[in-house]
Amino acid sequence: MSAPSPIEVEEPQADELTDHVTALDKPWVTLVWNDPVNLMSYVSFVFQTHFGYSRKKAEKLMLEVHNDGKSAVSTGSREEMERDVQAMHEYGLWATMEKQT
Amino acid sequence: MSDGFQRRRGGGAVATFTGFEADLVRSLASQLVELLRNEVAAPNLSDDPLEQLLDFSGPTTAPEDPVLARLFPTAYPDDEEAAGEFRRFTEGGLRDHKAAAAVAVIDTLEEAGLPAELGEDGLMVDVELDRGGAVTWMKSFTDIRLALATRLGVEEGDEDYWLGLPDEDPRAHVFDIYQWVGYLQETLVDALSR
Repeated sequence: MSAPSPIEVEEPQADELTDHVTALDKPWVTLVWNDPVNLMSYVSFVFQTHFGYSRKKAEKLMLEVHNDGKSAVSTGSREEMERDVQAMHEYGLWATMEKQT
Repeated sequence: MSDGFQRRRGGGAVATFTGFEADLVRSLASQLVELLRNEVAAPNLSDDPLEQLLDFSGPTTAPEDPVLARLFPTAYPDDEEAAGEFRRFTEGGLRDHKAAAAVAVIDTLEEAGLPAELGEDGLMVDVELDRGGAVTWMKSFTDIRLALATRLGVEEGDEDYWLGLPDEDPRAHVFDIYQWVGYLQETLVDALSR
């Protein structure tokens, strides 16, 4: 993954700079939506298997899907997110993508 | 009745099915294959063989069948054009992969001794899957459960409704099968998660 270098700015605060880089580098997000069918254990398994997330992180995201109706499971370029959405559909999860706001 | 899947030494999962259970899984997987192959993914209206060969475009609108619409969700809900492009490039491959997974389930059962026609009583079918095979089964169980749930109209937290149906209601039987495949799925995920 290529990351554009931050352009010189006037002495930004550390967190401002981070936000700036994030916005340039990861403008798209993959959302996984809750459905009444998929098992919680399976959704967590998929997040660990596809994204390589730890069990703890995968379960946190799975619970967000379950409790909040959706969760942003990955961020990146448009092409990367299209690959993630496609992979989620292969696993039978209901995934969409959108531009990060 | 099958206890579902257990962890396999060296990775993967094993399970023992009765002949009836193995035949039921095969029948569900076969129906999935039929559904995926029935509605043509890329309608080709040309009679010219060269044009047909060169036409690698897929569908751009969501399938009408609600099961297929759930199996192939719209990736960009707020952007019809991007959604159509995404579908054109992904749906054909997804269909092929899902059909191939279901065929792999059927092949594994038949290689494990399930005859074309279920005859003798007391037949037991031992299935042994490596990790890759187990993930393929998981994906196919998911597709089967999504198909059954969509046909039934299952919604979040409505289990009591389905369990309360009288035995003579055919939907009660379908819901039993849906739950049984869910049980198999749970044991399969568990076998691979340890």
